[in-house]
Amino acid sequence: MFDAVTRNITFLMGGFLVTLELTFFALSGGIVLGALVGLGRISKRKWIYYPVTWYVNFLRNMPLILVIFWFYFVMPIIAGRPLNPFLSAVISFIIFEATYFGEIFRAGYQSISKDLSSAAYSTGMTYSQTARYILIPIAFRRMLPSLITQSIVTFQDTSLAFVIGLQEFVRRTSIVDNLEVRSIQLFGFVAVVFFIFCFIGSKISRYFEEKGRKTGLL
Amino acid sequence: MIEIKNVSKWFDDFQVLADVNETIEHGQTVVICGPSGSGKSTLLRCVNGLEPYQEGEILVDGVSLSDPKTNLYKLRENIGMVFQRFELYPHMTALQNISLAPMKVRKWPKQKAEKKAMELLERVGIPDKAGAYPANLSGGQQQRVAIARSLAMEPQCMMFDEPTSALDPEMIKEVLDVMIDLAKEGMTMLCVTHEMGFAREVADEIIFMDFGRIVERGTYEKFFKNPKSERAKEFLDQIL
Repeated sequence: MFDAVTRNITFLMGGFLVTLELTFFALSGGIVLGALVGLGRISKRKWIYYPVTWYVNFLRNMPLILVIFWFYFVMPIIAGRPLNPFLSAVISFIIFEATYFGEIFRAGYQSISKDLSSAAYSTGMTYSQTARYILIPIAFRRMLPSLITQSIVTFQDTSLAFVIGLQEFVRRTSIVDNLEVRSIQLFGFVAVVFFIFCFIGSKISRYFEEKGRKTGLL
Repeated sequence: MIEIKNVSKWFDDFQVLADVNETIEHGQTVVICGPSGSGKSTLLRCVNGLEPYQEGEILVDGVSLSDPKTNLYKLRENIGMVFQRFELYPHMTALQNISLAPMKVRKWPKQKAEKKAMELLERVGIPDKAGAYPANLSGGQQQRVAIARSLAMEPQCMMFDEPTSALDPEMIKEVLDVMIDLAKEGMTMLCVTHEMGFAREVADEIIFMDFGRIVERGTYEKFFKNPKSERAKEFLDQIL
Protein backbone atom coordinates (compact mmCIF):
# COMPACT_ATOMS: atom_id res chain seq x y z
CA MET A 1 0.00 0.00 0.00
CA PHE A 2 2.89 2.32 0.74
CA ASP A 3 5.10 0.83 -1.95
CA ALA A 4 5.93 4.11 -3.68
CA VAL A 5 6.81 5.68 -0.33
CA THR A 6 8.99 2.81 0.87
CA ARG A 7 10.82 2.58 -2.46
CA ASN A 8 11.82 6.25 -2.22
CA ILE A 9 12.00 6.68 1.51
CA THR A 10 15.66 7.81 1.64
CA PHE A 11 15.10 10.46 -1.01
CA LEU A 12 11.89 11.66 0.66
CA MET A 13 13.43 11.77 4.12
CA GLY A 14 16.33 13.71 2.70
CA GLY A 15 13.75 16.29 1.65
CA PHE A 16 12.18 16.19 5.08
CA LEU A 17 15.58 16.86 6.59
CA VAL A 18 15.87 20.00 4.42
CA THR A 19 12.42 21.05 5.67
CA LEU A 20 13.55 20.57 9.27
CA GLU A 21 16.79 22.46 8.70
CA LEU A 22 14.96 25.30 7.02
CA THR A 23 12.45 25.41 9.89
CA PHE A 24 15.27 25.41 12.45
CA PHE A 25 17.14 28.33 10.90
CA ALA A 26 13.95 30.26 10.11
CA LEU A 27 12.80 29.92 13.72
CA SER A 28 16.11 30.71 15.40
CA GLY A 29 16.62 33.78 13.25
CA GLY A 30 12.95 34.78 13.19
CA ILE A 31 12.54 34.61 16.97
CA VAL A 32 15.75 36.51 17.75
CA LEU A 33 14.96 39.19 15.16
CA GLY A 34 11.31 39.16 16.27
CA ALA A 35 12.32 39.91 19.88
CA LEU A 36 14.14 43.02 18.62
CA VAL A 37 11.36 43.97 16.19
CA GLY A 38 8.91 43.80 19.10
CA LEU A 39 11.13 46.21 21.07
CA GLY A 40 11.21 48.53 18.07
CA ARG A 41 7.42 48.46 17.87
CA ILE A 42 7.11 49.83 21.41
CA SER A 43 10.04 52.22 21.11
CA LYS A 44 9.43 55.86 21.97
CA ARG A 45 12.14 56.90 19.52
CA LYS A 46 10.47 57.81 16.29
CA TRP A 47 13.46 56.93 14.12
CA ILE A 48 13.24 53.37 15.46
CA TYR A 49 9.47 53.06 15.73
CA TYR A 50 8.49 54.19 12.22
CA PRO A 51 10.93 52.16 10.09
CA VAL A 52 10.21 49.03 12.15
CA THR A 53 6.46 49.59 11.91
CA TRP A 54 6.66 50.07 8.14
CA TYR A 55 8.72 46.93 7.80
CA VAL A 56 6.19 44.94 9.82
CA ASN A 57 3.14 46.34 8.04
CA PHE A 58 4.69 45.88 4.64
CA LEU A 59 5.63 42.25 5.06
CA ARG A 60 2.50 41.26 6.93
CA ASN A 61 0.52 42.41 3.91
CA MET A 62 2.60 40.40 1.46
CA PRO A 63 2.03 36.78 0.54
CA LEU A 64 5.01 34.76 1.76
CA ILE A 65 5.43 33.08 -1.61
CA LEU A 66 6.04 36.48 -3.21
CA VAL A 67 8.65 37.37 -0.61
CA ILE A 68 10.54 34.14 -1.22
CA PHE A 69 10.30 34.60 -4.96
CA TRP A 70 11.32 38.24 -4.98
CA PHE A 71 14.17 37.80 -2.58
CA TYR A 72 15.61 35.00 -4.68
CA PHE A 73 15.56 37.08 -7.85
CA VAL A 74 16.49 40.45 -6.34
CA MET A 75 19.38 39.33 -4.16
CA PRO A 76 21.73 38.42 -7.04
CA ILE A 77 21.31 41.98 -8.33
CA ILE A 78 22.22 43.44 -4.92
CA ALA A 79 24.87 40.90 -3.95
CA GLY A 80 26.33 40.61 -7.42
CA ARG A 81 26.15 36.86 -7.46
CA PRO A 82 23.39 34.26 -7.21
CA LEU A 83 22.54 32.96 -3.74
CA ASN A 84 21.95 29.27 -3.27
CA PRO A 85 18.24 28.52 -2.85
CA PHE A 86 18.60 27.24 0.71
CA LEU A 87 20.34 30.37 2.01
CA SER A 88 17.95 32.58 0.09
CA ALA A 89 14.96 30.72 1.56
CA VAL A 90 16.39 30.93 5.09
CA ILE A 91 16.87 34.69 4.85
CA SER A 92 13.42 35.31 3.36
CA PHE A 93 11.82 33.22 6.08
CA ILE A 94 13.72 35.04 8.82
CA ILE A 95 12.72 38.50 7.64
CA PHE A 96 9.15 37.39 6.99
CA GLU A 97 8.53 35.40 10.17
CA ALA A 98 10.27 38.04 12.31
CA THR A 99 7.34 40.36 11.64
CA TYR A 100 4.89 37.81 13.02
CA PHE A 101 7.12 36.92 15.96
CA GLY A 102 7.69 40.64 16.46
CA GLU A 103 3.98 41.27 16.95
CA ILE A 104 3.79 38.40 19.41
CA PHE A 105 6.72 39.81 21.37
CA ARG A 106 5.20 43.30 21.25
CA ALA A 107 2.05 41.96 22.91
CA GLY A 108 4.28 40.23 25.46
CA TYR A 109 6.21 43.41 26.26
CA GLN A 110 3.00 45.38 26.59
CA SER A 111 1.76 42.91 29.17
CA ILE A 112 4.72 43.85 31.39
CA SER A 113 3.94 46.74 33.71
CA LYS A 114 5.87 49.97 33.34
CA ASP A 115 6.83 49.74 37.00
CA LEU A 116 8.55 46.40 36.43
CA SER A 117 10.99 47.92 33.98
CA SER A 118 11.29 50.96 36.27
CA ALA A 119 12.27 48.55 39.03
CA ALA A 120 15.03 47.17 36.82
CA TYR A 121 16.22 50.68 35.90
CA SER A 122 16.18 51.71 39.55
CA THR A 123 18.84 49.10 40.29
CA GLY A 124 21.09 50.79 37.74
CA MET A 125 20.48 48.42 34.85
CA THR A 126 20.71 49.93 31.39
CA TYR A 127 18.04 49.65 28.71
CA SER A 128 19.80 46.78 26.97
CA GLN A 129 20.36 44.92 30.24
CA THR A 130 16.70 45.39 31.16
CA ALA A 131 15.61 44.16 27.73
CA ARG A 132 17.93 41.18 27.85
CA TYR A 133 17.39 39.95 31.40
CA ILE A 134 13.85 41.12 32.14
CA LEU A 135 11.68 42.12 29.17
CA ILE A 136 12.66 39.48 26.62
CA PRO A 137 12.68 36.48 29.01
CA ILE A 138 9.32 37.43 30.53
CA ALA A 139 7.70 38.14 27.15
CA PHE A 140 9.17 34.90 25.82
CA ARG A 141 7.72 32.84 28.66
CA ARG A 142 4.36 34.60 28.59
CA MET A 143 4.04 34.29 24.85
CA LEU A 144 5.44 30.78 24.59
CA PRO A 145 2.11 29.21 23.53
CA SER A 146 1.69 31.80 20.74
CA LEU A 147 5.33 31.45 19.73
CA ILE A 148 4.93 27.70 19.39
CA THR A 149 1.76 28.14 17.34
CA GLN A 150 3.58 30.54 15.02
CA SER A 151 6.48 28.08 14.85
CA ILE A 152 4.07 25.41 13.62
CA VAL A 153 2.84 27.82 10.95
CA THR A 154 6.45 28.49 9.93
CA PHE A 155 7.11 24.76 9.72
CA GLN A 156 4.13 24.38 7.41
CA ASP A 157 5.13 27.46 5.39
CA THR A 158 8.57 26.06 4.56
CA SER A 159 7.02 23.99 1.77
CA LEU A 160 6.55 27.26 -0.15
CA ALA A 161 10.30 27.28 -0.75
CA PHE A 162 9.61 24.88 -3.62
CA VAL A 163 9.03 27.95 -5.84
CA ILE A 164 12.75 28.64 -5.95
CA GLY A 165 13.56 25.01 -6.60
CA LEU A 166 14.60 24.09 -3.10
CA GLN A 167 14.34 20.35 -2.69
CA GLU A 168 12.45 20.21 0.54
CA PHE A 169 9.89 17.59 1.52
CA VAL A 170 7.01 18.59 -0.74
CA ARG A 171 9.26 19.31 -3.72
CA ARG A 172 10.93 15.92 -3.46
CA THR A 173 7.56 14.25 -3.11
CA SER A 174 6.37 15.80 -6.32
CA ILE A 175 9.60 14.68 -8.04
CA VAL A 176 8.90 11.12 -6.89
CA ASP A 177 5.28 11.47 -7.95
CA ASN A 178 6.38 12.39 -11.46
CA LEU A 179 8.14 9.04 -11.70
CA GLU A 180 5.79 6.84 -9.71
CA VAL A 181 2.45 8.51 -10.41
CA ARG A 182 1.06 7.69 -6.97
CA SER A 183 -0.21 11.11 -5.94
CA ILE A 184 -2.72 10.03 -3.32
CA GLN A 185 -0.32 7.74 -1.56
CA LEU A 186 2.68 10.07 -1.73
CA PHE A 187 0.96 13.29 -0.73
CA GLY A 188 -1.08 11.38 1.84
CA PHE A 189 2.22 10.37 3.41
CA VAL A 190 3.38 13.99 3.42
CA ALA A 191 0.12 15.03 5.06
CA VAL A 192 0.50 12.39 7.78
CA VAL A 193 4.08 13.45 8.55
CA PHE A 194 3.11 17.14 8.75
CA PHE A 195 0.08 16.34 10.87
CA ILE A 196 2.06 14.31 13.39
CA PHE A 197 4.68 17.04 13.86
CA CYS A 198 2.16 19.87 14.09
CA PHE A 199 -0.09 17.92 16.42
CA ILE A 200 2.79 17.28 18.80
CA GLY A 201 3.66 20.97 18.55
CA SER A 202 0.17 22.08 19.46
CA LYS A 203 0.15 19.69 22.42
CA ILE A 204 3.42 21.23 23.65
CA SER A 205 1.91 24.68 23.23
CA ARG A 206 -1.10 23.62 25.30
CA TYR A 207 1.19 22.22 27.99
CA PHE A 208 3.05 25.53 28.37
CA GLU A 209 -0.22 27.42 28.42
CA GLU A 210 -1.45 25.34 31.36
CA LYS A 211 1.91 25.57 33.10
CA GLY A 212 2.03 29.33 32.65
CA ARG A 213 -1.40 29.67 34.16
CA LYS A 214 -0.40 27.61 37.18
CA THR A 215 2.82 29.49 37.92
CA GLY A 216 1.08 32.85 37.73
CA LEU A 217 3.25 34.08 34.88
CA LEU A 218 0.36 34.50 32.45
CA MET B 1 22.23 64.88 49.32
CA ILE B 2 19.04 65.39 47.30
CA GLU B 3 18.05 68.94 46.43
CA ILE B 4 14.79 69.58 44.63
CA LYS B 5 14.59 73.19 43.47
CA ASN B 6 11.45 74.76 41.99
CA VAL B 7 10.53 71.63 40.06
CA SER B 8 7.46 71.68 37.83
CA LYS B 9 6.23 68.95 35.56
CA TRP B 10 3.37 68.61 33.12
CA PHE B 11 1.75 65.62 31.44
CA ASP B 12 0.62 67.42 28.31
CA ASP B 13 -1.55 70.22 29.71
CA PHE B 14 -1.96 68.73 33.13
CA GLN B 15 0.43 70.02 35.75
CA VAL B 16 1.50 67.20 38.08
CA LEU B 17 4.23 69.01 39.99
CA ALA B 18 4.14 72.70 40.78
CA ASP B 19 7.18 74.50 42.08
CA VAL B 20 8.34 71.75 44.43
CA ASN B 21 11.23 72.56 46.77
CA GLU B 22 12.80 70.14 49.19
CA THR B 23 16.20 69.21 50.54
CA ILE B 24 17.00 65.82 51.97
CA GLU B 25 20.23 65.56 53.93
CA HIS B 26 22.32 62.45 54.39
CA GLY B 27 20.74 60.09 56.88
CA GLN B 28 17.41 61.89 56.93
CA THR B 29 14.04 60.21 56.54
CA VAL B 30 11.39 62.26 54.82
CA VAL B 31 7.80 61.05 54.58
CA ILE B 32 5.58 62.33 51.79
CA CYS B 33 1.83 62.02 52.18
CA GLY B 34 -1.20 63.39 50.45
CA PRO B 35 -4.27 62.32 48.50
CA SER B 36 -3.91 60.15 45.41
CA GLY B 37 -3.04 62.07 42.29
CA SER B 38 -1.21 64.73 44.25
CA GLY B 39 2.11 64.02 42.51
CA LYS B 40 3.90 62.05 45.25
CA SER B 41 4.88 59.08 43.11
CA THR B 42 5.77 61.33 40.20
CA LEU B 43 8.13 63.26 42.45
CA LEU B 44 9.93 60.04 43.40
CA ARG B 45 10.13 58.98 39.78
CA CYS B 46 11.66 62.34 38.92
CA VAL B 47 14.31 62.02 41.62
CA ASN B 48 15.84 58.94 40.02
CA GLY B 49 15.34 60.10 36.49
CA LEU B 50 12.53 57.73 35.54
CA GLU B 51 10.45 60.75 34.52
CA PRO B 52 11.68 64.01 33.07
CA TYR B 53 10.60 67.37 34.52
CA GLN B 54 10.21 70.57 32.55
CA GLU B 55 11.23 73.26 35.00
CA GLY B 56 13.53 73.56 37.96
CA GLU B 57 16.40 71.41 39.01
CA ILE B 58 17.02 68.21 40.94
CA LEU B 59 20.52 67.62 42.26
CA VAL B 60 21.71 64.32 43.70
CA ASP B 61 25.03 64.78 45.52
CA GLY B 62 25.45 67.95 43.50
CA VAL B 63 24.84 66.26 40.13
CA SER B 64 21.99 67.70 38.09
CA LEU B 65 19.48 65.21 36.68
CA SER B 66 18.42 67.43 33.81
CA ASP B 67 21.99 67.88 32.58
CA PRO B 68 22.21 65.82 29.37
CA LYS B 69 25.75 64.81 30.34
CA THR B 70 24.54 63.09 33.50
CA ASN B 71 24.59 59.32 33.25
CA LEU B 72 21.19 58.43 34.72
CA TYR B 73 21.99 54.71 34.83
CA LYS B 74 25.04 55.41 36.97
CA LEU B 75 23.07 57.73 39.21
CA ARG B 76 20.31 55.19 39.79
CA GLU B 77 22.84 52.69 41.13
CA ASN B 78 22.96 54.81 44.26
CA ILE B 79 19.22 55.30 44.68
CA GLY B 80 17.14 52.25 45.51
CA MET B 81 13.43 52.22 44.84
CA VAL B 82 10.63 50.09 46.21
CA PHE B 83 7.24 49.98 44.51
CA GLN B 84 3.68 49.56 45.67
CA ARG B 85 3.18 46.33 43.75
CA PHE B 86 6.66 44.93 44.53
CA GLU B 87 7.59 44.49 40.86
CA LEU B 88 9.76 41.43 41.42
CA TYR B 89 10.99 39.68 38.30
CA PRO B 90 8.44 36.85 38.07
CA HIS B 91 10.75 34.48 36.19
CA MET B 92 13.49 34.57 38.82
CA THR B 93 13.82 33.20 42.34
CA ALA B 94 14.14 35.58 45.29
CA LEU B 95 17.90 35.04 45.31
CA GLN B 96 18.19 35.73 41.56
CA ASN B 97 16.04 38.85 41.88
CA ILE B 98 18.47 40.22 44.45
CA SER B 99 21.76 39.15 42.87
CA LEU B 100 20.98 40.19 39.26
CA ALA B 101 21.91 43.87 39.47
CA PRO B 102 25.12 43.40 41.50
CA MET B 103 26.24 40.82 38.92
CA LYS B 104 25.27 42.75 35.80
CA VAL B 105 25.78 46.34 36.91
CA ARG B 106 28.55 46.07 39.50
CA LYS B 107 30.09 43.08 37.66
CA TRP B 108 30.44 41.14 40.88
CA PRO B 109 31.19 37.43 40.50
CA LYS B 110 28.13 35.25 41.00
CA GLN B 111 29.42 33.84 44.28
CA LYS B 112 29.90 37.26 45.83
CA ALA B 113 26.51 38.51 44.61
CA GLU B 114 24.72 35.47 45.98
CA LYS B 115 26.51 35.72 49.30
CA LYS B 116 25.37 39.33 49.56
CA ALA B 117 21.84 38.32 48.53
CA MET B 118 21.73 35.68 51.27
CA GLU B 119 22.91 38.21 53.87
CA LEU B 120 20.12 40.55 52.80
CA LEU B 121 17.52 37.80 52.92
CA GLU B 122 18.69 37.08 56.49
CA ARG B 123 18.37 40.74 57.26
CA VAL B 124 14.77 40.96 56.01
CA GLY B 125 13.99 37.72 57.84
CA ILE B 126 13.29 35.25 55.02
CA PRO B 127 16.53 33.34 54.28
CA ASP B 128 14.45 30.18 53.80
CA LYS B 129 12.73 31.74 50.76
CA ALA B 130 15.90 32.16 48.69
CA GLY B 131 14.83 29.58 46.12
CA ALA B 132 11.16 30.60 45.95
CA TYR B 133 9.58 32.34 42.97
CA PRO B 134 7.59 35.54 43.60
CA ALA B 135 4.29 33.78 42.79
CA ASN B 136 4.89 31.51 45.79
CA LEU B 137 5.60 34.30 48.26
CA SER B 138 3.11 36.32 50.28
CA GLY B 139 2.80 40.04 49.59
CA GLY B 140 4.82 40.92 52.67
CA GLN B 141 7.57 38.48 51.71
CA GLN B 142 7.64 39.81 48.15
CA GLN B 143 8.02 43.36 49.38
CA ARG B 144 10.86 42.34 51.67
CA VAL B 145 12.61 40.67 48.76
CA ALA B 146 12.08 43.87 46.76
CA ILE B 147 13.72 45.90 49.54
CA ALA B 148 16.61 43.44 49.63
CA ARG B 149 16.94 43.74 45.85
CA SER B 150 17.38 47.51 46.16
CA LEU B 151 19.77 47.20 49.09
CA ALA B 152 21.96 44.78 47.15
CA MET B 153 23.29 47.70 45.14
CA GLU B 154 24.37 49.33 48.42
CA PRO B 155 22.54 52.55 47.61
CA GLN B 156 23.11 55.85 49.39
CA CYS B 157 19.41 56.55 49.46
CA MET B 158 16.20 54.51 49.37
CA MET B 159 12.86 55.63 47.99
CA PHE B 160 9.60 53.89 48.85
CA ASP B 161 6.44 54.41 46.84
CA GLU B 162 3.52 53.35 49.06
CA PRO B 163 5.32 50.13 49.98
CA THR B 164 2.57 48.81 52.24
CA SER B 165 -0.63 49.94 50.56
CA ALA B 166 -1.03 46.75 48.50
CA LEU B 167 -0.51 44.55 51.56
CA ASP B 168 -2.91 42.76 53.84
CA PRO B 169 -2.93 44.40 57.29
CA GLU B 170 -1.12 41.57 59.01
CA MET B 171 1.80 41.86 56.60
CA ILE B 172 2.28 45.59 56.89
CA LYS B 173 4.25 45.36 60.10
CA GLU B 174 6.87 42.97 58.76
CA VAL B 175 7.67 45.42 55.97
CA LEU B 176 7.57 48.50 58.19
CA ASP B 177 9.93 46.85 60.69
CA VAL B 178 12.52 46.42 57.95
CA MET B 179 12.07 50.07 56.92
CA ILE B 180 12.32 51.33 60.50
CA ASP B 181 15.57 49.40 61.00
CA LEU B 182 16.95 50.93 57.82
CA ALA B 183 16.06 54.45 58.91
CA LYS B 184 17.60 53.89 62.32
CA GLU B 185 20.80 52.62 60.74
CA GLY B 186 21.11 55.99 59.06
CA MET B 187 19.87 55.29 55.54
CA THR B 188 18.69 58.38 53.67
CA MET B 189 15.03 57.69 52.93
CA LEU B 190 12.26 59.27 50.95
CA CYS B 191 8.97 57.48 51.61
CA VAL B 192 5.54 57.98 50.18
CA THR B 193 3.37 56.39 52.83
CA HIS B 194 0.30 56.93 54.93
CA GLU B 195 1.62 54.75 57.75
CA MET B 196 1.61 57.33 60.48
CA GLY B 197 3.12 55.01 63.05
CA PHE B 198 6.14 54.74 60.82
CA ALA B 199 6.24 58.49 60.32
CA ARG B 200 6.08 59.12 64.05
CA GLU B 201 8.91 56.72 64.75
CA VAL B 202 11.46 57.71 62.13
CA ALA B 203 10.45 60.71 60.04
CA ASP B 204 12.65 63.78 60.38
CA GLU B 205 10.21 65.68 58.25
CA ILE B 206 6.73 65.14 56.83
CA ILE B 207 5.66 66.75 53.58
CA PHE B 208 2.01 67.03 52.63
CA MET B 209 1.29 67.34 48.93
CA ASP B 210 -1.88 68.32 47.10
CA PHE B 211 -2.36 69.10 43.40
CA GLY B 212 1.36 68.83 42.76
CA ARG B 213 2.32 71.34 45.47
CA ILE B 214 3.89 70.94 48.85
CA VAL B 215 1.12 72.41 50.96
CA GLU B 216 2.61 71.79 54.35
CA ARG B 217 5.79 70.51 55.93
CA GLY B 218 7.09 69.94 59.40
CA THR B 219 7.99 67.41 62.05
CA TYR B 220 5.53 64.73 63.05
CA GLU B 221 4.42 66.66 66.08
CA LYS B 222 3.88 69.86 64.17
CA PHE B 223 2.07 68.25 61.26
CA PHE B 224 -0.25 65.96 63.18
CA LYS B 225 -1.03 67.99 66.25
CA ASN B 226 -1.34 71.29 64.54
CA PRO B 227 -1.81 71.25 60.77
CA LYS B 228 -2.06 74.75 59.39
CA SER B 229 -3.88 74.24 56.09
CA GLU B 230 -7.51 73.18 55.75
CA ARG B 231 -6.55 70.61 53.14
CA ALA B 232 -4.13 68.86 55.49
CA LYS B 233 -6.74 68.84 58.26
CA GLU B 234 -9.31 67.21 56.00
CA PHE B 235 -6.78 64.66 54.84
CA LEU B 236 -5.72 63.78 58.37
CA ASP B 237 -9.33 63.37 59.42
CA GLN B 238 -9.76 60.83 56.65
CA ILE B 239 -6.72 58.68 57.32
CA LEU B 240 -6.61 58.73 61.14
